Amino acid sequence: MGQRRFGTAELLLLLSILILVVVVAIPILLIFWNAFVVEGKPDFLRALALLKEPDTFEALKNSLVIAGGTTVLSTIIGVFFAWLVSRTDLPYKATMKVLFLVPFMLPSFIGALAWKILLSPRGGHINRLLMDLFHLEDPVFNIMSLGGIIAVETMYLFPFVFIQVSGALERMDPTLEEAARISGAGLFTITRRITLPLMMPSILAGALLVALYSLAHFGVPAILGTERNIFIIPTKIYEKIYASGGNFDAIRTGTMLSSILVLAAAAILYIQSLVLSSGRFQVISGKSMRPMVLKLRGLKWPLLILSVLYIAITVVLPTVTIFLVGTLKTYGLAFKLENMTFDNFTYILFKWELTRDAIWNSFYLSLAAAAVTMLIGTLISYVLVKTKIRGKFLLEFLGVLPFSVPGTVIALGVILMWSGRFGINLYNTAWIIFVAYIARYMAFALKSTSAALEQVHDSLEEAARACGATKWQAMKDVVLPLIKPGMVAAFFLIFLPALRELTTSVLLYGPHTRTIGVAIYTLNEDGETVYAAALAAIALVIIMLGQVLIKRVTRAKIEST
Amino acid sequence: MATVTLSHVTKRFGGVTAVSDLNLEIRDGECFSMLGPSGCGKTTTLRMLAGFEDLDEGEIRVGDRVFSNSAKRYYLPPEKRDFGMVFQAFAVWPHLDIFDNVAFPLQIKGLSRAEIQTRTRRALEDTGLLKVQHAYPGELSGGEKQRIALARAIAINPQVMLLDEPLSNLDPKLREEMRFEIKDLQRRLGFTIVFVTHDQAEAMAISDRMLVMRDGVLQQVGSPIEIYERPSSRFVFSFIGLSNFLPVATREGATFVQGVPEAGAVAVIRPEGLSGAAWTLACRPTHIDLSAEGGLRGIVARRVYLGDLVEYRVRVGPHELRIQKGARHEAFEEGAPVGLTFRQYLGYPEG
Repeated sequence: MGQRRFGTAELLLLLSILILVVVVAIPILLIFWNAFVVEGKPDFLRALALLKEPDTFEALKNSLVIAGGTTVLSTIIGVFFAWLVSRTDLPYKATMKVLFLVPFMLPSFIGALAWKILLSPRGGHINRLLMDLFHLEDPVFNIMSLGGIIAVETMYLFPFVFIQVSGALERMDPTLEEAARISGAGLFTITRRITLPLMMPSILAGALLVALYSLAHFGVPAILGTERNIFIIPTKIYEKIYASGGNFDAIRTGTMLSSILVLAAAAILYIQSLVLSSGRFQVISGKSMRPMVLKLRGLKWPLLILSVLYIAITVVLPTVTIFLVGTLKTYGLAFKLENMTFDNFTYILFKWELTRDAIWNSFYLSLAAAAVTMLIGTLISYVLVKTKIRGKFLLEFLGVLPFSVPGTVIALGVILMWSGRFGINLYNTAWIIFVAYIARYMAFALKSTSAALEQVHDSLEEAARACGATKWQAMKDVVLPLIKPGMVAAFFLIFLPALRELTTSVLLYGPHTRTIGVAIYTLNEDGETVYAAALAAIALVIIMLGQVLIKRVTRAKIEST
Repeated sequence: MATVTLSHVTKRFGGVTAVSDLNLEIRDGECFSMLGPSGCGKTTTLRMLAGFEDLDEGEIRVGDRVFSNSAKRYYLPPEKRDFGMVFQAFAVWPHLDIFDNVAFPLQIKGLSRAEIQTRTRRALEDTGLLKVQHAYPGELSGGEKQRIALARAIAINPQVMLLDEPLSNLDPKLREEMRFEIKDLQRRLGFTIVFVTHDQAEAMAISDRMLVMRDGVLQQVGSPIEIYERPSSRFVFSFIGLSNFLPVATREGATFVQGVPEAGAVAVIRPEGLSGAAWTLACRPTHIDLSAEGGLRGIVARRVYLGDLVEYRVRVGPHELRIQKGARHEAFEEGAPVGLTFRQYLGYPEG
């Protein structure tokens, strides 16, 4: 042993770097190259000119308004409900806490579809009901507006803030608040001067996640905005690429918009790392004690009703709508038993090739992407966390990239890379979606496997070596079994979102490679609302089953340890 | 006057009685510590004093003012009690600098700027923090964080100071230093201290009086000397300092070690108040003399050198006794027969 210059560790490092370069770095570089280099020369003036074009400028503005509005609204709602379930004596808090996480599992574009059915200005069921009831000339709500898009995105994104803040509130050392109390401060003062400032990093972290997600999100604005000429950056990119039919100028416009997305995402992540690394907010205690709880007294039941109503409106109502519309014989018929049928579901599941293919495509693509990405992620995390070799900084830098690349950008990047430019043409095949999924979900795999590896103290591996195990045996018998839960988590963290993916695959699908998300979206665009809803209902069932499965698997893991 | 009086104080958590019918008077200006193993109810008692826990039964008064009364369901909220309190995990606010941490209670009281300035400075001076007043807690060591907590607690000039295991997160050397500092502050400022700890040495060193609790029940109250010299029960004896227990039986004036009939009579007298033949002899390791001849015969099982002390483990039949002697004392080899003489001992009922 000892002086070998090129050992296993170096080989693993090189392999990791190679994978990240091919999967993530080159596609992003190609985007910047296409955006800012014309005939071999850098050209930033064109980019500026493009930004001044009214339709792109409008899209940029809308992106900002929607991301900003969604972030503010999600933060307010998320912080409020987090405080309600962890710092008050709200009845059934434990149940409510679980319920507030449900919107997270629902794909937001399916929610958008339901809301369009309910609240579109002309045909929306609720609007028609209200117009009939009160003999109004004009619809009451218009979900197909900037405000509507913000409202729908908030419904499905506020859990980002909720999870961060309620987790932080629970982990916070309760004596920090008690010390303020004994110092003479009342609950209101404590909340304002101690609790809220201490929660600030978590609130900010949650808010930035919402901003990041909303900025890159395709589904909701595509379903609610496009028809009304409301575009944001991702939907504009989609429109440019599809309207052009492969025209190179359109692709260049797309790459410029993508560059803006990447830079915005990088900026958000940079702010986040600044907030988290300031370290002035270490408030977690080892000792667990019951925190102070505000007695709601008379407000107890009204606030519970408000919470339940919120869940009913944002989760139950859209879900029920999707299922009901999915059973209609023809869209527009009233919800009466004689107008309903299960034939739509059997047709979609077994007879119609388009939807049958979509379900199958989504299923095997997610499975393959989850397995492969999880394994690659484990490899890269291992090199990052456990080895000490020169050149690791390069991998550290590359490892950050997947976190900052929005789905639309990835799609465009893989189009540029895998459409024959380097001798391989995967366009219109399932492979191009597969490659894109690996890039898109690499961040999830890295996060969860590196967290698991950091839990495994070096001394455990060293103890195995001291007992006579080779490096490989120590890895196989000690490290791998210990990080297995992290790997399983990574698999499901990728598998479930990939199953309902839309943003990336909508730019990559070919005639026979629709995914479930793409099928629902295109059916809706084609006016096949009933089939879109029926397929969405099936997707919801699959997602629920998946959630149950993940609960089972992770619970079995906890019990066995 | 800040005499703290607890009458019939009882607290239950679900089916568990954490504190059971506690009666106690903590005198004005004394340093009173509550000692016991974890889960004995000492912290719960302190939290009831602070007002963080309600009472299931009983009353707490400070001076002649009622602070908590379960029958009247009256509880003065913690923020109105004007106590100082120091927590185990420091509870120093990481988002405020040292000065603002200490000034917080004064700001809440709505004092004038100038007064906040002077009183905060004084508290910082008293705790030696003036130099670092604009640093943030995250930049400071554990000992300094505990000083901040202390400064914050004394800033309002409380009559009563509650300390919840304030030293247990510090390393041993710092712990001793802080002990003196707390005592010193008390002498200068004259507040009453209620100090919770599970460390008997700490309690002995700091207290004017102390109590020992077990399973929510008060075992004994007294000065450190009283508790060390005359523990009221076998539990208190074993909890304070090192201890040996030897089951013995007294018949017709002679006392024998149980299970070792061949050893002969032991030169001890059954204390008064014990009924029945069998009783337990309790003795500190330093209160047993060793000799080559005579005494209760035993065998040296092990000898450990501890610096100024030599510790022997001496086997007497099935029993093993721990004996500590000065290092310059006559040495006995492992395996050698020795005789034990009990210089000071106490007796407790059998078991």
